[in-house]
Amino acid sequence: MAEPLSPPRLLPSGDSAITVEFSRTIDDAANRRVLALDRVIAAEPIAGITETVPTYRSLLVHYDPVQITFDALGEQLLARAAKAPPTEGGTRRWRIPITYGGEHGIDLEDVAKALQTTPDEIVARHAAGDYRVAMIGFTPGWSYLSGLDKFLHLPRRKEPRLVTPAGTVSIGGIQTGVQCLAGPSGWHLLGRTPVRTYQLHRDPTFLLEPGDAVSFTAVDAKTFAEQDRAAEAGEFIAELVAP
Amino acid sequence: MSKLVVTSIGPASSVQDGGRPGSQRYGLTPSGAMDRLSLAAANTLVGNEPFAAAVEIGPFGATFTARGGAVRVGLAGASRNAEIGGRPVAFDSSATLADGETLNLGFARGGSFSYLAIEHGIEGEPMFGSLAVNARAGLGSPYPRPLQSGDELKTKAASGAAERRIELPAATDAPIRIVFGPQGDEFTAENKQLFLNSEWKISATSDRMGYRLEGAVIKHRDGHNIVSDGTVNGSIQVPGNGQPIVLMPDRGTSGGYPKIATVITADLGRFAQTSAGRPFRFKAVTMAEAQAEAIKFHALLHSLPDRLRGIDDFGLNIEALRDANVAGQAVSAVDVSTWQVALP
Repeated sequence: MAEPLSPPRLLPSGDSAITVEFSRTIDDAANRRVLALDRVIAAEPIAGITETVPTYRSLLVHYDPVQITFDALGEQLLARAAKAPPTEGGTRRWRIPITYGGEHGIDLEDVAKALQTTPDEIVARHAAGDYRVAMIGFTPGWSYLSGLDKFLHLPRRKEPRLVTPAGTVSIGGIQTGVQCLAGPSGWHLLGRTPVRTYQLHRDPTFLLEPGDAVSFTAVDAKTFAEQDRAAEAGEFIAELVAP
Repeated sequence: MSKLVVTSIGPASSVQDGGRPGSQRYGLTPSGAMDRLSLAAANTLVGNEPFAAAVEIGPFGATFTARGGAVRVGLAGASRNAEIGGRPVAFDSSATLADGETLNLGFARGGSFSYLAIEHGIEGEPMFGSLAVNARAGLGSPYPRPLQSGDELKTKAASGAAERRIELPAATDAPIRIVFGPQGDEFTAENKQLFLNSEWKISATSDRMGYRLEGAVIKHRDGHNIVSDGTVNGSIQVPGNGQPIVLMPDRGTSGGYPKIATVITADLGRFAQTSAGRPFRFKAVTMAEAQAEAIKFHALLHSLPDRLRGIDDFGLNIEALRDANVAGQAVSAVDVSTWQVALP
């Protein structure tokens, strides 16, 4: 059990960023190490680091080469990674409403057909999931969640859509996600949430943090419409259930 | 209150500044100027902070009219024929529009983006500390979208300060320098060599999000799908068709294609200025060289105020005339209508 953790790989991303890679695949243990290193750097800053960007399997560290070299920073990052415990620390848990199917989740029926089951079964399995925000990226607030039921793993669409609605909750491959803004997507659209994971003039502007736990509650379209109006006015709608 | 009214403008023109880094962990694209040195030069000409908001003007022509008072501007980046009320204006210098006067800018020559800085800056409401336009995310001020004719850029009245020009390092056609990585090992040595030995052109479908490259087909060692990871300005990702895309300031904060290499910081602006269709090459440098160049580039940005000079008494800009005369036609210093416009 006490096997030492293998050190991450340091990959140069140009002269002003290092990709600290813990795994080449989607791997929950690697993602926990990414988030642990991110927390350690936040707690014990390294002069010259300008920004850190956690993703599934790596931490992208932006830095100022006027202040620190690739080699010097790499050494410090490896030292921090070696002592960063990949444990849960005060994980926040959110409950997020979704309305599944119909006009809000136009792929629900097709997903059920592809997986040879009923739409109700798809909804039940998706809503029962215990998810974690593995990363946020692509566009503001687009939250990639790990923890999708294996039964729901499904390759992405062959033809991505150029526009998918704001608030869409979708599945793609072994992942599920909540997008905030309307935009292109190759994933299967299961439903929509009224929650704005990003809202410009709200405090906080970004609701979810990488590492947060997320569970979903199915709501009907009428509730969605009411909550959507409240969310537009600045309410979180998402419920913080822990800590 | 003075303002500069956009009276005509082409696509790919927007208000940009140093951008809004700091929230990439939430998917927030930094945006900001494509050519930071030219932005800083334009701002320095009119006494602004180097990364204050200015107008980034795409390859086509544009006209601006001063209203409510005089407006002083600084011009840098890709040079163009420029005149105010029939008076020629040189690039890399400042000029003042009297109330009601119009600045006429022709097509960009030898580059893609020009920067028009306004003395005292552009009034707007910063979002995450920046006025930079990111149309996809609905961010930017005074307009969260590219500029259109009729738009107004509010500012304070011109100071009446003496006009200035700025001496910048001579332009170079040297190869664009890269460092391999972060996913250099997803490509064989032969394909990395092919990447370096090939002549590339930027596709006309490129934009502020990414420059698509046309040239050799770069093959991956095993497949083109990697798990998404973080991106930087200058990330060179290779999708399934083998035609690389260089990520620019409006890039997504994460991407799922292998990134063979990264353009070095010192060459990002020069790369952004490469016109569509013009052949160019890449050259690999070591991390130590890239970081030494980044430090030199940083020093150059800080040296800009020391590079200001007075404008020659005659106001006659030999370089602008020579540029205008490249087609060999007769060019009059005082008759702008005789200036050749280089069509892209």
